[in-house]
Amino acid sequence: MENQDKLLNDITTQEYQYGFVTDIDTDVIPKGLNEDVIRLISFKKKEPEFMLEFRLKAYRGWLKMKAPEWAHLKIPPIDFQETIYYAAPRTSPKYQSLDEVDPELIETFKKLGIPIEEQKHLAGVAVDVVMDSVSVTTTFKKVLAEKGIIFCSFSDALIEHPELVRKYLGMSVPLTDNFFAALNSAVFSDGSFCYIPKGVRCPMELSTYFRINTAGTGQFERTLIIAEDDSYVSYLEGCTAPKRDENQLHAAVVEIIAHDRAEVKYSTVQNWYPGDKNGVGGIYNFVTKRGICRGVSSKISWTQVETGSAITWKYPSCVLIGDNSVGEFNSVALTNNHQQADTGTKMIHIGKNTKSTIVSKGISAGKSDNSYRGLVKVMPGATNSRNYSQCDSLLLGSTCGAHTFPYIEVGNKSSIVEHEATTSKIGEDQIFYCNQRGISTEDAIGMIVNGYAREVLNKLPMEFAVEAQKLLSISLEGSVG
Amino acid sequence: MLTIKNLRASVEGKEILKGINLEVKAGEVHAIMGPNGSGKSTLANILAGKQDYEILEGEVTYLGQDLLQLSPEVRSRSGIFLSFQYPVEIPGVPMINFLKASVNEHRKFKNLAPLTAGEFLKLMRSKKEMLHLDTELTNRSVNEGFSGGEKKKNEIFQMAMLEPKLAILDETDSGLDIDALRIVAEGVNALKTPENATILVTHYQRLLDYIIPDFVHVLYSGRIVKSGGKELAFELEEKGYDWLKNGNEI
Repeated sequence: MENQDKLLNDITTQEYQYGFVTDIDTDVIPKGLNEDVIRLISFKKKEPEFMLEFRLKAYRGWLKMKAPEWAHLKIPPIDFQETIYYAAPRTSPKYQSLDEVDPELIETFKKLGIPIEEQKHLAGVAVDVVMDSVSVTTTFKKVLAEKGIIFCSFSDALIEHPELVRKYLGMSVPLTDNFFAALNSAVFSDGSFCYIPKGVRCPMELSTYFRINTAGTGQFERTLIIAEDDSYVSYLEGCTAPKRDENQLHAAVVEIIAHDRAEVKYSTVQNWYPGDKNGVGGIYNFVTKRGICRGVSSKISWTQVETGSAITWKYPSCVLIGDNSVGEFNSVALTNNHQQADTGTKMIHIGKNTKSTIVSKGISAGKSDNSYRGLVKVMPGATNSRNYSQCDSLLLGSTCGAHTFPYIEVGNKSSIVEHEATTSKIGEDQIFYCNQRGISTEDAIGMIVNGYAREVLNKLPMEFAVEAQKLLSISLEGSVG
Repeated sequence: MLTIKNLRASVEGKEILKGINLEVKAGEVHAIMGPNGSGKSTLANILAGKQDYEILEGEVTYLGQDLLQLSPEVRSRSGIFLSFQYPVEIPGVPMINFLKASVNEHRKFKNLAPLTAGEFLKLMRSKKEMLHLDTELTNRSVNEGFSGGEKKKNEIFQMAMLEPKLAILDETDSGLDIDALRIVAEGVNALKTPENATILVTHYQRLLDYIIPDFVHVLYSGRIVKSGGKELAFELEEKGYDWLKNGNEI
């Protein structure tokens, strides 16, 4: 017990590693939200008319909505008039090479350990770096263009491929799907757009690093991924944010559409600033992620490692419309100090013989609260469908909480739904066993936690898995008994 | 190598060890025997540094150091190895990763460079051959789903990898069939050198048919009540622990 108390103490005194601010000249619209602000955002971004209509419609819908209160979260009241809705680095326009990029920006990436040059030359990862909402550099565009793949900032997509955006935007996540999605639809500043044409296998992992930088700027990212028939893409999203005292609002929307036999893998490592050990500051992360398996035998899988944010509200979901389509959700959520997470998934079975798998691993430490919330819904027409859910919780210490809220609705007799859940604590005897082999308590905890999460980490692309493993250990650093 | 002087210890307010004295020199094999609840495992755990115990009195010197002041991981790196009575499962952590971390911690302590993957695999292969161990165990998670016999073999395998100066085997014979017992015992014998020492904690004399001790100590209700050569084990087996209860203490 003494060990665990110590561990608890040390965990709560650990400081966030990436707390620094980059001093870059930014173009900011004054805080507050009304129709004029939305018009100004749209004007500044030189958007087509339909986009402004979309935004205004969403805004008017949002005004009539209320923030959801059903999650197992204590959310302080958010003053939406105190938030800045648009900030773009002034050093636009785009660059042809990294040499032209603001050196301070490069310095920021170096501090974060993002080897952008190496990535460009060695790893074969195209990086669309999003710094405060507007894309600053886009790499590997040419290589991708040869295959007909479009991977660009959302703003560019609106100018270069407005017909595609118009066709698919809001298809997975309708305008007024929920309070935060509606807000995002009204004010989103930028994000990523990805289009994989028929029969094309994307030859590299597509990756975007997000980072919040301007004080008090809410970040409203919008991502749209379209996979045509028989195509494949693996998409990586990872984020770190600098240290802040006031709370920052983050409400992103990700939409995926998979056509016949298409496969989309979407992987996230989320490490926004979680607040200090007393629960002051930190990002409020309200994310709507949804993929639609429209085509037959299509597949969408979500894999996430969530270690950051003061509040996480996130349910990456799959709507399985096409017959024989497959949805997957693999999640590791680690909460510490005063962090709160209410995360899970929705699997909606509509087509025949559809399959879904849910693997959720929660890790709670400090005084944090960690909830899994999942819905498995099998419609009457989704005959012979299957779901398997496994929800595990691991507790470190005795002042944190773990909760599981599974909702299961099955509308026909030929489908099978299975749900398994476990809760465990890191054992003193596991730690002692490691100690007795010469492994320190801190390393032992990192090892045990990584072992516990292994099933999910294995689903991540290689380079991301390594980063995620490090992140889990870092989040528990300073825990020497 | 190891000197225990008047060691008294309690767990949850109950005194378990009531004044242990023991001297172990390099090259020696000591067997500590005794009935259930006599304090055998407590002694083994205290030497390894488990924290559930309160030391009331006494001192333990290991290679000139005050052992009780060292953290469990430093004791391990200094050459103390405990073969657990109930080896612990760590789901999702491959045995090979666990062992590599362990071996390299020991090397770091001795200011040696960590082994490369190739060197490590080579070392592992040679130790497996020495112990006639099947190769599959190291690919599984630490002790997860291992049979009782596999767990004990795995303990001896780790011991072979770490080459301890002082090995403490806590009830290594329990739960083993006769073949597994022979393999484990052969392993322990193969690892014996004039520089290292072994403490066997056991309930039965059976293990001592395979590992011949230099000294046998009988632990009874927190004290070593009788010490002798290997013949003491036979005497105990014949007469039972009741023989000691009836006042035949030294």
